[in-house]
Amino acid sequence: MRHPVARYLLQGVNYALFAAVVWYFSVAPAVEVLAPDEGVITVAFSHAGELREPCRKLSAEELGQLAQNMQVPMECPRERSPVGVRMTLDDRVIMDTVLKAPGLYEDGGVDIFHSARVSAGDYRLDIAMSDSVRNPGVRHRLEREISVRPGQIVLVRFQPERGFLVED
Amino acid sequence: MRVNPVKRSYLALESWFNLSFGSHWNPLYHLGTLSIFLFWVVLVTGIYLFIPFKGSLEGAWQSVEWMTHEQWYAAGVMRSLHRYASDAVVLTTLLHMFREFASGRFKGFRWFSWVTGVPTLWLIITLGITGYWLVWDQLAQYVALGSARLMDALPLLSGAMTRNFVAGEMTDRFFILIEFLHLLGLPLFLVLMVWIHVKRLSGVSINPPAGLAAGTFLALLALSLAKPARSHAAADLSQMPFTLSLDWYYLNVYPLLDRWSAGQVWLLTTGVTALILFLPWLPRRRTGPAAVVDLDNCNGCGLCFNDCPFDAITVQARTDGKRYEHEVVVDPSLCAACGICAGSCPASNPFRSANRELKTGIDMPQLPVDELRRQVREAIPRLEGDSRVLVFGCEHSADKEALGAGDGHISLFCLGMLPPTLVEYALKQGADGVMLSGCREDDCFYRFGNRWTRERFRGERNPILRARADRRRILVEGGAPVDAARLKKRLEAFREELDTMVGGGSPGEEEPVGK
Repeated sequence: MRHPVARYLLQGVNYALFAAVVWYFSVAPAVEVLAPDEGVITVAFSHAGELREPCRKLSAEELGQLAQNMQVPMECPRERSPVGVRMTLDDRVIMDTVLKAPGLYEDGGVDIFHSARVSAGDYRLDIAMSDSVRNPGVRHRLEREISVRPGQIVLVRFQPERGFLVED
Repeated sequence: MRVNPVKRSYLALESWFNLSFGSHWNPLYHLGTLSIFLFWVVLVTGIYLFIPFKGSLEGAWQSVEWMTHEQWYAAGVMRSLHRYASDAVVLTTLLHMFREFASGRFKGFRWFSWVTGVPTLWLIITLGITGYWLVWDQLAQYVALGSARLMDALPLLSGAMTRNFVAGEMTDRFFILIEFLHLLGLPLFLVLMVWIHVKRLSGVSINPPAGLAAGTFLALLALSLAKPARSHAAADLSQMPFTLSLDWYYLNVYPLLDRWSAGQVWLLTTGVTALILFLPWLPRRRTGPAAVVDLDNCNGCGLCFNDCPFDAITVQARTDGKRYEHEVVVDPSLCAACGICAGSCPASNPFRSANRELKTGIDMPQLPVDELRRQVREAIPRLEGDSRVLVFGCEHSADKEALGAGDGHISLFCLGMLPPTLVEYALKQGADGVMLSGCREDDCFYRFGNRWTRERFRGERNPILRARADRRRILVEGGAPVDAARLKKRLEAFREELDTMVGGGSPGEEEPVGK
C-alpha cells in the first residue's frame, strides 16, 4: 500500500483488532462454576488408619538374637489400615472411597478431599468411616440434618477426638 | 507448487499485514522478538506492582483493589498493562508456534528450537497461573483449588495440597511460596529457556523493530485505559462463586476439571505436549548432505562463518600446514544444507577455472557451484524472447512453471547460496537480465538468504556484487509460492523494461531493480 495515511490507518485497525482479541479472551467467555441454585459439600481431612498389627513385646530369646544396639523391647509394625469413607445425602451416595495408606511402607496418613455440587436445600447427611483391618466395620459415623444454601461450601471434617464435624 | 490450506491461510494473513506494516514491520515476522518485548513490559510493570502489593491472605486482595481504584492512573494502569501484556505474550507465542508449523520450520535441523520452545510455553503458562493466585479473589480461589487438584493427582506428591484450600486451613505461607515462584523462580527459568531456545541460531535479534514495539505498547496502553483489569470479589473459602470471567490464555484447562478428573486433564495436556514435541520427527523432512569444506581452496577467511544462519560453521587453527592462519569446520548435525556458505565463499567465482572444474572453499555436494555454472552456461543459449532473462529461484518461492520461466530457471536451495559473481557471469554470458526470486521479504526460510543477497548486491557485505555488473539488468523479488502471479507479472514487466533499454547504460551505479 503506497499511501502513507492509508497505511497508518490500516495499521491502527490491526492494532485495534489485536487489542480486542487480547481483551476478549482475557475475560470471556465467562464460566459457570455453580448454578444459581447450587451449593457445594466438601469432605476434607487427614487421618491415619489404625496400625495393621499391634505392637508386640519381644521375648528374651528374640531380644538375644538382635544386635545390642537394636534390642528394643517392643516391635511395632508400621503398616496402617486403609481408610474407607462413605457419605450419603438423603440416601444418595455422594462419596464412597477406600484409600490405601501412602508411603513405601504404607505407614502414612490418608488425605481425603472430595467436593460435590448439590442443589441447595435440606438434607439428611450420613457419613461413615472404617479405618481398621483388625476391627472391620464402621468405627466413626455422623448422621445429622444439614442445610445447603446457594453458593455455600458446607465443609465436613474429622478430628480423632471429636469425630466428624460439619461446618455449615 | 501445491500449498496446503493451513499454509495458504497463514500466507494470506501474512499478506494482509504486509499491506499495512510492510515486510520490515510485519508482526508475523517478529513474533518471537515481540514475545520477548512483551515479557519486558510484564517484568517492568510487575516490579512496579510489587512495591504496593501485600503478600498475605488479608492484604493481597485489598492492596490490588487499592491499586486498581485508588491509584488507577498509575498502579491501576500498570496492573492492566501487566495483565494484557501477559495475555499478549501467550497470543504471540502461540502464533509464533503456529507460524513455524505452518511454514514447515520445525523439522529436521530445526528440531532443537522447536523442542525447547514447548517447555518455554509451559513456563509462560505456569508463570501466568501463579500470577492469578496472588490477587486472592474468587478467581484465584478457583485457580488455587484447581491447581491443587492437579498437583495432588501427581503420584510423587503426597496428595495433601487440596486440603489447604478449605476454610480455616489457608495460611500466608502459600503467598510466600507463590510469590517466590512468580517473582523470581519462574521468570529466571523463563529467561534461561529463551536463551537455550535460540542457542543454535546465529545473529539472533531479541528486539522487534522499534516502531512495531511502540505500536504494540500503545495498543496495550489504550486497552488498559479503555478496559482496566478488574478483580473478582475477595476470596472466601466458605463460598463458591457462581460465574467467573476466565482468562482463557492461561486458565483454559481449569473448566475441564469440572467435568474430568485431574488425571484425565493431565493426560490431555501431557498428550498434546508430547505430540507437539515429537512433531519434528513424524514426517521427517529430507535435507540434503551438509556443506563440505575443501581445504585446498579455503583460506580461512571466515565469510561463511559470518553468514551461516545456524551456527553450523566454526573457525579453527589451520590443520593442514598451509600458510593460512585459520580454516573452517562444518558441524553436519547443525547444517541446514541451505548453501548460503557456498554463496559467501570468495572462491565460488565462476570466472575462475573457466575450462576446468570450479572448486570452491565450501560447497554443497548435491549442487556444487560448478554445477550451477554449468546450468547457467546451458540455460543462456536456450533463453527465448527479445529480452532474455535468466531466473534464479529459491525452492521456497514460486517454481519455474508458476513463473513461466521455462528453461531459463535455475533452482537454488536458498537465494543466499548464489555467489554474486554468478549473476555477473550470467550477464557476461549473454543474458539480458537476471531475476532472483527468493522467499517473501524478511521471511526467508533459511533466515538470512534474502538479506545477505541484498547486502552483497549493495556492496555492504562480502562477497560483493562488483560495480561492473549493470544493476538495471538485475531484479530481486521476494514471494511465497502463492505469490506466483505477482512474481510472474513482475518478471514480465522486467522483460519490458529491458526491452526499452538501449545499450548498457552506466554500469555499476544503479541499485538492483526491485529495491
